[in-house]
Amino acid sequence: MIGRDRQVAGGIRRRMVVAAAMMMTAAAAVGVLPVSAGSAAAQEARKGGTLSIILQPEPVTLTPSTNMAQPTQVVAGNIFDGLVAYDFDLKPKPALAERWEVAPDGLTITFHLRSGVKWHDGKPFSAADVKWSLENIWKTIHPRNKSLFENVTQVDTPDDSTVILRLSKPSLPILSVLNGVGAPILPKHLYEGTDILNNPYNNKPVGTGPFVFKEWKRGEYVELARNPDYWEAGKPYLDRLLFRIIPDAAARAAAIEKGEIQYAPYNPVPFRDAERLSKLPRLKVDTRGYEWLSPLLYLDFNVENQYLKDVRVRRAIAHAIDRAALAKIVWFGYAKPAISPVPSSLVTFHNAKLPQYPFDVKKAEALLDEAGFKRDANGVRFTLTHDFLPYGDDYRRTGEFLKQALKRVGIEVTIRSQDSAAFIKRVYVDRDFDFAISYNNAFPDPQIGVVRAFWSGWLGTGTPWTNGSGYRNARADALIQEAGVEGDPAKRVAEFNEFQDIVLGDVPSLPLLELNFFSVYSADLQGIVEQGDQVYSSLKNARFVDAPKAN
Amino acid sequence: MLTYLRRSAAQLVFVLLGIALINFFLLHLAPGDAAQVLAGESGAATPEYMEALRRQFGLDQPLYIQFLRYLGNLATFDLGYSFRQSLPVSELILQRLPATLLLMGTAIGFALVAGCSLGFLAARRAGKLTDTVISIVALLFYATPVFWVGIMLIVVFSVILDWLPVGGMTSVEANLSGLALVGDVALHLVLPAVTLGLFYLAIYARLMRAAMLEVYGQDFVRTARAKGVRPRRIAWRHVLRNALLPIVTTLGVQLGSILGGAVLVETVFSWPGLGRLAFSALFQRDLNLLLGILFCSSVVVVLVNIAVDLVYTLLDPRIELG
Repeated sequence: MIGRDRQVAGGIRRRMVVAAAMMMTAAAAVGVLPVSAGSAAAQEARKGGTLSIILQPEPVTLTPSTNMAQPTQVVAGNIFDGLVAYDFDLKPKPALAERWEVAPDGLTITFHLRSGVKWHDGKPFSAADVKWSLENIWKTIHPRNKSLFENVTQVDTPDDSTVILRLSKPSLPILSVLNGVGAPILPKHLYEGTDILNNPYNNKPVGTGPFVFKEWKRGEYVELARNPDYWEAGKPYLDRLLFRIIPDAAARAAAIEKGEIQYAPYNPVPFRDAERLSKLPRLKVDTRGYEWLSPLLYLDFNVENQYLKDVRVRRAIAHAIDRAALAKIVWFGYAKPAISPVPSSLVTFHNAKLPQYPFDVKKAEALLDEAGFKRDANGVRFTLTHDFLPYGDDYRRTGEFLKQALKRVGIEVTIRSQDSAAFIKRVYVDRDFDFAISYNNAFPDPQIGVVRAFWSGWLGTGTPWTNGSGYRNARADALIQEAGVEGDPAKRVAEFNEFQDIVLGDVPSLPLLELNFFSVYSADLQGIVEQGDQVYSSLKNARFVDAPKAN
Repeated sequence: MLTYLRRSAAQLVFVLLGIALINFFLLHLAPGDAAQVLAGESGAATPEYMEALRRQFGLDQPLYIQFLRYLGNLATFDLGYSFRQSLPVSELILQRLPATLLLMGTAIGFALVAGCSLGFLAARRAGKLTDTVISIVALLFYATPVFWVGIMLIVVFSVILDWLPVGGMTSVEANLSGLALVGDVALHLVLPAVTLGLFYLAIYARLMRAAMLEVYGQDFVRTARAKGVRPRRIAWRHVLRNALLPIVTTLGVQLGSILGGAVLVETVFSWPGLGRLAFSALFQRDLNLLLGILFCSSVVVVLVNIAVDLVYTLLDPRIELG
């Protein structure tokens, strides 16, 4: 659920997509799409240069302490270092922490910090900064980490480069959130004793990362410059990062195509444009670098609805949806069918041997008949209203796909649209909906991004992205709690297996697709995707290769 | 004149008070609040986090308290604070003001001059080829969606011909200053100003033509003709001046909306104007900011209306300020 790719909502965007399609046709017809003829051979990396990056939408703040929105993290990942970073297999690798140990009972976690690291303002970074950040941010106001860190009872800093977490109960998921945006370390000397939410440094951040904040010109750009004192010798390569705010999708495509933008993460253009751009030799379209997020598209059923409260109806709907076709038609193949709320990229926890809902119209019809909802004279069993997540056309079209699919089995669907504030209020606060599509990021551990969709503890508090279906299952709740404090990895896997089995059987929320986000970047860039949390990490390895000489 | 101004000033206060009241309660009818939007974007939240946000935004107070606070702020010329952006509303508006005025001013100026000239030409050649061509072109620009024209101009002049930048206001990567910067901004201004200008141009051209043709049919023009005034002089001195009144009215309406910016054009060309700011404030339920922009716009509308009244008296001495 974290780090959504929020789009400027509504009609403008839709019209722009149409315009983008027209533009594409026009450009192709004239036949002057820029083409470069260079081979990758004889190219060598060079230092320096300005990298122009698309940032969309404009961030709210540049400090990832209380805001987990995608644009904030994309910028902040370059300014802040984490204790660790994550490789493509989501294993932690050293960053500010050079090494770490988890005690066998899981009740002590020790981090040995890199020495000689300096904040961008020249003050030394030390264990005290980590301790302060944990106690004042990760444990309290951080919207995602609170439950992971709540059993940390004490933080010891025997010296400036050692941090020891003492826990009352184990909390293994901690090791999956320790990068620069997952557990941001803020400079204690600038934040201590201030109102953290309103601290002026939130918008002119001071970190330890490879790039230093220079300027945020609202509505235009955010500028970062190379940190000459970065702890990793020789890095970063680039002199400057320029995050440009380009609100219109067609204009983004044009800027990428023209080369004004060289790096565009997080689905910067519609899928149709991505297909076109991927064919240009100057550009690359890459779906790597999002592994740490593992986004999942799902369908929340309101289990208090008069029809949907019957599990047979929910299962029938599951059987009525051809998820492979949805991935191919609506998501242009940038997705694959999901069979569990725990995405398959979470290899340790994903369970493929679970109740399945293969596409089977006959079975869907049989289940609906069995539930007592016969077709009337017009062939309609009942009518539902569908609310789609208002994050752009892909979600609207998913809704339209569902409408067609359910019509085949006699369920009439009315599609309702609204902006995201209204959507959140309707689904999570007023609970005035029938069924809705949404997506969340699972993260490497189900405890972080998956279980909240089923946990009944916060029902009634109107907390967004928390149990949209209104599902209550005592066993599932118990498993969520047990796995949260289980110190034995094998037992946690067993608990999550049982959890997946229960929630897939009851199917209050139907996993639809595992989404593949994509980045577009210039082919003369190297080192732009180097790790599993790349989009939320830094571009310290990015560099231009010398452009081939024209002949 | 003085009485008129004094009375206008008094009316101004009441109009603005009414606008503030309506804006405030109307906007609060929108479902969802800023804290929910923020949590929504974060994609994660805890009840404690929501509470902290609401407290930070002042949303934990009853609505009437929030309204009284808002009025109190207005009375001291304070537009309030945008918690979402962590900046005072007045600062946010001032940041965007130059870009907005530059774009709108250029576009309206271009449209006014070009539109009126074309309309004038069309009226003098009414029924002939020139008139037909001008009318068709004007109709075409009027009927074509602004964003489509914008995208097409980008495709042709930026992507294909590579003459002009795709969007934005400056080439930040180039580190320009002084005259080079002015030239750079001018280059960036061309496409958005033309896109917006073409739409307005159509309005002025059609209005000018219609107004002039109407005046041409009036008795005093016939009299002028009868006494042998040359057609050129009739057009300039007798017809044009009388046809300017509807133009001034339209110009007033457009100048009144100048602070609203042009959401579509600003979006297509990534122009950092007030329109985009207001548009995103609406979706983000950043009501303080939105109220601030709406309030400033209302002030401008009221002031421009007064100015238009004054210009009427200059153009047509028969009109008196009542």
